[in-house]
Amino acid sequence: MNLEQLEKEFQARIDADEKIEAKDWMPDAYRKTLIRQISQHAHSEIVGMLPEGNWITRAPSLRSKVILLAKVQDEAGHGLYLYSAAETLGIDREQLLHDLHIGKAKYSSIFNYPTLSWADMGAVGWLVDGAAIANQVMLCRTSYGPYARAMVKICKEESFHQRQGYEIMMHMANGTEAQKRMAQDSLNRWWWPSLMMFGPPDKESTNSEQSIKWKIKRQTNDELRQEFVDHTMPQVKYLGLQVPDKDLKWNEEKKGYDFGTPDWEEFYNVIKGNGPCNKQRLDARIKADKEGEWVREASMAHYEKKQLKKKVA
Amino acid sequence: MSKKNWPLWEVFIRSKNGLSHKHVGSLHAADDEMAVENARDVYCRRSEGVSIWVVKSTEIYASDPGKSEELFETAKNKIYRHPTFYDIPKEIGHM
Repeated sequence: MNLEQLEKEFQARIDADEKIEAKDWMPDAYRKTLIRQISQHAHSEIVGMLPEGNWITRAPSLRSKVILLAKVQDEAGHGLYLYSAAETLGIDREQLLHDLHIGKAKYSSIFNYPTLSWADMGAVGWLVDGAAIANQVMLCRTSYGPYARAMVKICKEESFHQRQGYEIMMHMANGTEAQKRMAQDSLNRWWWPSLMMFGPPDKESTNSEQSIKWKIKRQTNDELRQEFVDHTMPQVKYLGLQVPDKDLKWNEEKKGYDFGTPDWEEFYNVIKGNGPCNKQRLDARIKADKEGEWVREASMAHYEKKQLKKKVA
Repeated sequence: MSKKNWPLWEVFIRSKNGLSHKHVGSLHAADDEMAVENARDVYCRRSEGVSIWVVKSTEIYASDPGKSEELFETAKNKIYRHPTFYDIPKEIGHM
């Protein structure tokens, strides 16, 4: 069968809503797009542990500490599900990490913002995980089987993340004046970066069209962003807080909110590496990788020694 | 990059007694014991399992999706293997 026929058959399978599995034939570009997207997603989970890890030792109670620990551990788990989904495409873990460390692979730019107060643990869980969920619910139906299965598992766990974040926001927003101010300040800082998480506007998004044709993505960036705003606004109102967007208002005709445009210049600038924490985040990852190297080597040596003993016995 | 990387293991979990083990994903570990411990941390953080199997990914030999037709096609013709192939009178009731 020639390439053209194979591609045609592949697209027909996608159009029929069939899932593609690891050993099935797929166009090179489909494989590459998935490796890029899944690894970027995995890196985001792992780098995402850093801004929250920042507050584990300073959590205000034992209850909030065990919850935050569990959440950060979940993020590690999510990263691992995703790395293993990426590996089914024939790329190995070492390569994926290497690409992250040299700055070739990206991760969600939101994690390049600092977590300045305890309220940020609320806003991150509520808004950042909330935006991630909107994207991930869509990805549960993505055309690549291993990716879709990883997403189903992740979505089940993310719901706890968002709820615990909102609980923190509720406590702060109903607390002392100082706590209210912290909650509002946190919302002010995380609102726009959360909207940016869905990626550039559809008219500028280079990867979108093909990804939708392949059903890797099922909704566009702008559709997801709109959904997120509509979904989140009642939650903002319940807290009695204000979003930092004077253009935001209900549009009865479209039964949704109109809202302002994120600062896309800032978005591209952060992606390029100029966000407040880019260097810090990457350095932390590289340090963890380097400092763990002897452990990985020692455990392999231990395993080999055990094998040798078995042979002798 | 280090020379000797931890191998990849496929993880299978029995969610409760009475059900079979089901593939849930994969992970890296130096040996089988570590693979089970890691599987507990990665795939069983919310009581998802009562038993874990791990097997090195390289030890799995899989059928070729390109040959699915010749492998599975023959079963499709044997519709008489299904109970619905047979007409049983209604009066007889459930059979």
